[in-house]
Formats: sequence, structure tokens, C-alpha cells
Amino acid sequence: MANPFAIQTSLENNLSIVALEGFVDAHTAPQFEDAIQKAVDSGSVRIVVDCEKLNYISSAGLGVFMSFIEEVRDRGGDIKICGLTPKVKHTFEILGFQDIFEMLDDQQTALRRFSGS
Amino acid sequence: MPSIERKFTLKVPSSTENLALIREFVTAVGRQAQLDEPEVSNLELAVDEACANVIEHAYGHDITKEVIVRAKFDDESLRISVIDEGLGFDPGNVDQDSVEQLMHDRKSGGLGIRLIKKLMDDVSYEIVPGQKNELHMTKKIRKS
Repeated sequence: MANPFAIQTSLENNLSIVALEGFVDAHTAPQFEDAIQKAVDSGSVRIVVDCEKLNYISSAGLGVFMSFIEEVRDRGGDIKICGLTPKVKHTFEILGFQDIFEMLDDQQTALRRFSGS
Repeated sequence: MPSIERKFTLKVPSSTENLALIREFVTAVGRQAQLDEPEVSNLELAVDEACANVIEHAYGHDITKEVIVRAKFDDESLRISVIDEGLGFDPGNVDQDSVEQLMHDRKSGGLGIRLIKKLMDDVSYEIVPGQKNELHMTKKIRKS
């Protein structure tokens, strides 16, 4: 059954970039969780989640953001979200994520926010 | 002229792998019921959340169990029922902490049922003890 999902992680100037593609649901969210966990375990707490190619997210994926954000901020970092399509952004906004997370238009803007410019 | 009621049923093994199939099913039904695309997306997400709850919590990932999704619509409304024979779960009992409080407590549970309640026009729950649980979700059809 078509449930395309891909995740790519990279490290740039001590920033972790996690790029999501396809569908994040209860089936695929554990892979997303693993990626964030690995970044945090490696000491990288400045994380950009790039959602430009993300078609769909359910609460399983939203829960990953929720479960890491306080730890990451307690350690001086943040999780910034970028590239949301209007449909996916709507899902974040239903639960009020815009009040908790910074959502940027694209990856470059998100990276610049971390560098303070 | 009386409205004709149309009914559809999908029955799948209780595995998160089948959430994609469930989403395709409800998306097709929503379009046939002439919901607009944003409403189809809302329906897709609400039913995904309901079925994920059943698969993970009511059945504890037991793939030998079945998740049943029933849909029926007429000119006025579309009703989806998610049926299981697992452990009962009353969405009315989900704590209503704010999302900020959930984040502070490092809890991510309960987000799904919040979404369902926000995405659908009416949500109700029916338990036949020891037999089955049915979550009914209704979306009004607004003709443009």
C-alpha cells in the first residue's frame, strides 16, 4: 500500500537538519522519532525540521515534536519547523503549535534564525 | 425527492501499515459525498487518528484483530464509524490539559482525540461491553 515516507538527516555548522518527505503517521513516525533522538543523543540540540516535501502528518508525528521540545530547549537548543505546505500547516495550527514552535518559510530562513541574523 | 443513503465498509488487519489504505478509502468516500478538498483532508486525518488509536491502544498492535471502518452518507451528512472489539476507550475521558501543559509534562498522548473533536462536526462513542466499541464521527455536507 502506498505510504511513501523518507527521511534525510544532515549536519551543517553544528545544526541538525531533518528533512521529511511523504506521510508521517503512526506507522512512519517512529523513524522520525529515531532521527530526532539520534540528533539529541549526539549533542546536537539545534534542529531544523524541513517539511517542504511533507504531504501529511498525524498526531503521531506531532507528538514527536512535543516529546523533544522541552529537553532540547532546556539544553539551550530549539526545534524550528520550515517549509510547511498550507495543508500540513493547518494540522499544526489546529493544535496551536504556532504558539509553541517557530515556523519558517524555508530551510535557509530557519538556518539563519539559529545564527541570529 | 428523498435523499439516497450510500454505505461503504472497509475491514483491515490491525496494523499501522494499513493506515494508508484506510486514508485512501475515506478520501474516496469523502469525495463521492462531495465534500470540498479541505473537508476531505480533515476527514482523512480524523479517521486516521481514530484507527491509529484502535490499532495501538484497543488492540495493542495485534495484527490478528480487525479494524472496521463503516461510512454512510446522504445529501445532508457523512458518518464514519470505527469499530473494534478491543479494550474500550472513552474519548470523553481524555484529559483536557493544554497542549503547552502536555509538552511540559512530556506527554504526547491525547493529541489524536483532540484533533478528531476539532475536525469533525459531531463525535460520539458507543460501548457494548465485551463485544464491541464504536466511535461515530459525523461531518455535515455543505453544498457550495
